[in-house]
Amino acid sequence: MTKFNAWNVIKNGLNGQSYWTRQWRDPEPKKNYDVIIIGGGLHGLATAYYLAKNHNIKNVAVLEKGWIGGGNAGRNTTIVRSNYMMPGNHEFYEHSLKLWENLSHDLNYNVMFSQRAHVSLFHSPGAKDSVSRTYNIMRLHGTDAELWDLKKLKKKIPHLNYNNSRFPILGAAVQKRAGNARHDAVAWGYARAADTLGVDILQNCEVTGFTRTNGMIESVQTSRGIIKGKKIGFAVAGNTSVLWQMAELGNLPIESHKLQAFVSEAVKPLLDQVVVYGVGGAHFYISQSDKGSMVFGGDLDWYKSYAQRGNLPMVQDVAEAAMAIFPSLGRIRLLRHWAGVMDMTMDGSFFICKTPISNLYLNAGWNYGGFKASPASGWYFADLIANENPHNYVQNHNLERFEKGINIDERGAGPDPKLHG
Amino acid sequence: MIRINCPYCGERDHSEFSYGGDATIKYPSLDSSEKEWTEAIFFRKNIKGFQLETWHHTNGCRMWLKIERSTVTHEIRSVKPCHPDLQKVVENNK
Repeated sequence: MTKFNAWNVIKNGLNGQSYWTRQWRDPEPKKNYDVIIIGGGLHGLATAYYLAKNHNIKNVAVLEKGWIGGGNAGRNTTIVRSNYMMPGNHEFYEHSLKLWENLSHDLNYNVMFSQRAHVSLFHSPGAKDSVSRTYNIMRLHGTDAELWDLKKLKKKIPHLNYNNSRFPILGAAVQKRAGNARHDAVAWGYARAADTLGVDILQNCEVTGFTRTNGMIESVQTSRGIIKGKKIGFAVAGNTSVLWQMAELGNLPIESHKLQAFVSEAVKPLLDQVVVYGVGGAHFYISQSDKGSMVFGGDLDWYKSYAQRGNLPMVQDVAEAAMAIFPSLGRIRLLRHWAGVMDMTMDGSFFICKTPISNLYLNAGWNYGGFKASPASGWYFADLIANENPHNYVQNHNLERFEKGINIDERGAGPDPKLHG
Repeated sequence: MIRINCPYCGERDHSEFSYGGDATIKYPSLDSSEKEWTEAIFFRKNIKGFQLETWHHTNGCRMWLKIERSTVTHEIRSVKPCHPDLQKVVENNK
């Protein structure tokens, strides 16, 4: 694999770009692996990369039923932030943000991480108090957070609708180090970096069953043959329950819901930040991609579904929210919209944990927040698989927390997965 | 748009309804163990395919319905009142 650096860019520039090698191999599956990660999304690829890099476990396979970057890795709004307040969550997401800050150098791949600020508008004194509490907790833990009053907000983003009488904008809670990144580049960057360290990325390799001996999973049956693994990790987001039942493990505190996102035609620079219309108002978030498209999304479709396509009432809902907050978008045309299957959990927090099968490990339950979490998710999932012990940050992110009564519920919405958006 | 044939009101857009969840959950008796209660409240089959689920006709008759629907294609096989006695009333009125 040719490294990306100034010398190689110049050399290939002079040679008609003919010396670049392919980004990652397309190997045949081996018979045996030390670790098999099921799911070639951002979390699976990041896990494989950190297993190889941090723990020197390089005989690793990533099984992907489709192609790299074709699932939720390509179905998000690319927002990266760490504005969480619950113990475990804020440390975890803050570490993730720190990994993002150096990710391009670490992977030798430009993930176009842009710390353009995440601006959460608030619309009532109660919402201001609530978000101030969260952002104060963040500051106490060393995460950057600030409140912008109306004067500062109007200076920074003058073209919001400041005359909305139903949800008047009173100010914003801001995390300046937050922003967004290029989703494909993250998937390709992790795949390329993991492959360089010896990880086999097996695409078009769908898992169809498991062979169990002595209570352990001995091998995985796939569309590309039977593959043996000493340790197995699940990182399949919305399809976790399907694999879980394939392994005869019963039920999970997860429901699969779909979340839509939208991309408009490209326009000239219009918005420098990620803007969220969500604290005490509707639910809408928007940013502008480097190509100029407006990228935005809203709520879940509100009913359980595995379909990777959205429904029209939510399109209307998102369009209404866009017009309420950003009237200048009125004439813009949509290019595409899509839906991803979210693994919504009963308390809105994720799982990085052991399972009833001793050589099976679970990474799931990312709700709305999978994209920003992917570096830390890979980091701590690799740590769990290698060391057998969950790190302090994720010690309560397990399946037992519900019985123990230590739910990690940021919103306090209760055990209804669709409410944890 | 999913169209739901409400037994009380007729066929309506799903945006009039709100999704309840798994209709097959059976709550254990009050003196059951914490494990059984945890299982009933927090753990779900999360079926990929046809499942029985509840919907509330929030912006209509406000009755709870039991619907058999595919979570992949969204095709609806049956819509019934949640309460079995009301099912009899609906049938007698036909």
